[in-house]
Amino acid sequence: MGDFLSIAISIAFHGLALAMVLYLISVGLSVTMGLMGFVNLAHGAFAMAGGYAMTTLMNRYGAPFWLALVAAVVIVGFASLVLERVLYRRFYGGGELNQVLLTMGLIFMSVGAATYFWGPVAQPIQLPQALRGQIDLGVRDFPVYRSFLILCGALLVTALWLALERTRFGVRVRAAVDNLAMAQTLGVNTSRLFALAFGLGSALAALGGGLGAELLAITPGYALDNLVYFLIVVAVGGLGSIRGPFVAALILGVADTAFKYAAPELGAFFIYALTMGLLLWRPRGIFGPA
Amino acid sequence: MPDARRSMLDAFARRHRLHVLEGLPWGVAIAAYFAFPDYLALGAQILAVIIFALSVDLVLGYAGIVTLGQAAFFGTGAYTAGILAANGWGEPLTGLLAAGAMAGAIGLLSGAIILRTSGLTLLMQTLVVAAMLYEAANKGGRITGGSDGLQGMDVWPILGKFRFDMFGHTAYLYCLAVLAVAWIAVRALVHSAFGRSLTGIRENVTRMHAIGAPVDRRKLVVYTVSAVLAGVSGGLIAQTTQFVGLGVLSLERSGTILIMLIIGGVGQLYGAFIGVPLYMIAQDRFSTIDPTYWYFWIGLFMVLMVVFAPGGVLGFFTRRRARRDKP
Repeated sequence: MGDFLSIAISIAFHGLALAMVLYLISVGLSVTMGLMGFVNLAHGAFAMAGGYAMTTLMNRYGAPFWLALVAAVVIVGFASLVLERVLYRRFYGGGELNQVLLTMGLIFMSVGAATYFWGPVAQPIQLPQALRGQIDLGVRDFPVYRSFLILCGALLVTALWLALERTRFGVRVRAAVDNLAMAQTLGVNTSRLFALAFGLGSALAALGGGLGAELLAITPGYALDNLVYFLIVVAVGGLGSIRGPFVAALILGVADTAFKYAAPELGAFFIYALTMGLLLWRPRGIFGPA
Repeated sequence: MPDARRSMLDAFARRHRLHVLEGLPWGVAIAAYFAFPDYLALGAQILAVIIFALSVDLVLGYAGIVTLGQAAFFGTGAYTAGILAANGWGEPLTGLLAAGAMAGAIGLLSGAIILRTSGLTLLMQTLVVAAMLYEAANKGGRITGGSDGLQGMDVWPILGKFRFDMFGHTAYLYCLAVLAVAWIAVRALVHSAFGRSLTGIRENVTRMHAIGAPVDRRKLVVYTVSAVLAGVSGGLIAQTTQFVGLGVLSLERSGTILIMLIIGGVGQLYGAFIGVPLYMIAQDRFSTIDPTYWYFWIGLFMVLMVVFAPGGVLGFFTRRRARRDKP
């Protein structure tokens, strides 16, 4: 009994940490898909860019972890704004096939560029002293880094939810997701809204990429290798919502950890089967319209 | 006969009549055989992959099913042909039939489950089916060779006569012949009444339901036919390269075939003949010139393509013609 409980707690804990990273990265994708109807397959490239920016600032320029993380988020956020204005914007409502071609092209470019600048091996990450080791939470010891991930994730979910429910920006986003034409008629500057949402989503992805660098290794193939996971979170969670992807990320993170523990041989297989089942049960996502 | 009916029949006959330009790809393919004897291996692969792209065009371009999991059928075909040849049955034509049949069976089975959804959900379902097969092949190492790939294929001469040579002469002509058969079948299919009803489903599914067309069944049929084609293409690749790796089932494979088709032009039957050679030759050149970073260049090529020629090469020409014809 003690053993089983201990394993269950451990799985739940590791699963939660993974879920937070997946959520941080995917929530922006969910919003861009729900808001602009844009299939940004290259979304993971922004997370990867965050990871590379952070590790480079730390390893090459000796920046402290926190500073490097914040800088990475800001850099990627602004870079994504530029990309949105120059490239992405032309393809809103321009047919999903062109969007697939554009974003797959960007993925390939990110793979090539990352290999050129950083080589094929995963980037090492030096966690600050404060995030290493174990922490005693009364019940038992937990790794500090993962506890911190969970805490960060929980705080950010709350902040995002408040931003969407309680601010004017959030009202505009929700209005535009529900009915774009009507929102425009009522004077919402949707072009600026799109840019802001896109930049914010990419910045969050960069944060997820940087924070989660220990869980999802920063390698050139990042955007392609993890694409399925991000898409699962978005599709299972439902488009354009904050809370759907969160629940989906929780399911995916915990199930992935549990399956890989219980049946390491067939771990990923079960995840895909679970996704298929969930999508057959709720085709438009757990929190999407039935 | 009433005029309206006659003009409809005329239109139907016109659609079936071969246009002169339709001979062009075949002329090019035969000319390439003599002009580039050093590149026949690549040429054979291009011809085989065109069948794969045709299979995507059927579901995407004609039935409007956006798929990111067509590699499921391509890979099933490749592994079927490969496993047969590695286990003592190297007869290529029956191997190819088995590849198509197996892929078709998977297509029918998965299609019956997933085709009730649409949009992003359907795209995810197709992706997940391919991912499940990938994992199965990865873990079924005793049969598939797992991540090392399937070794020891022995493919017999075609019809007992034409041995696969190291220069790719036989492979090239074999792929060309199979492509010709596949093309005739696909062309007949999309120009038939069945093909028209598929276009109807793509354009307005509600109306097709309203006029009583069996939408779900037609979708399932075209999905299965497309799976068979993809399986044949995978079988061809396995037989001509004598190797099957996990890559045949990968997301990258599903993604790149979609890209090749988009580059050529979707829903026009000839997009496959333009996009596949363009992409594969570009990839071959880039990876020869710059073996480490060619991904970047092919990505850049795709981005430039979509910025300057959205709708693919065929779309580019149709737009130009439309502009010219405007008074």
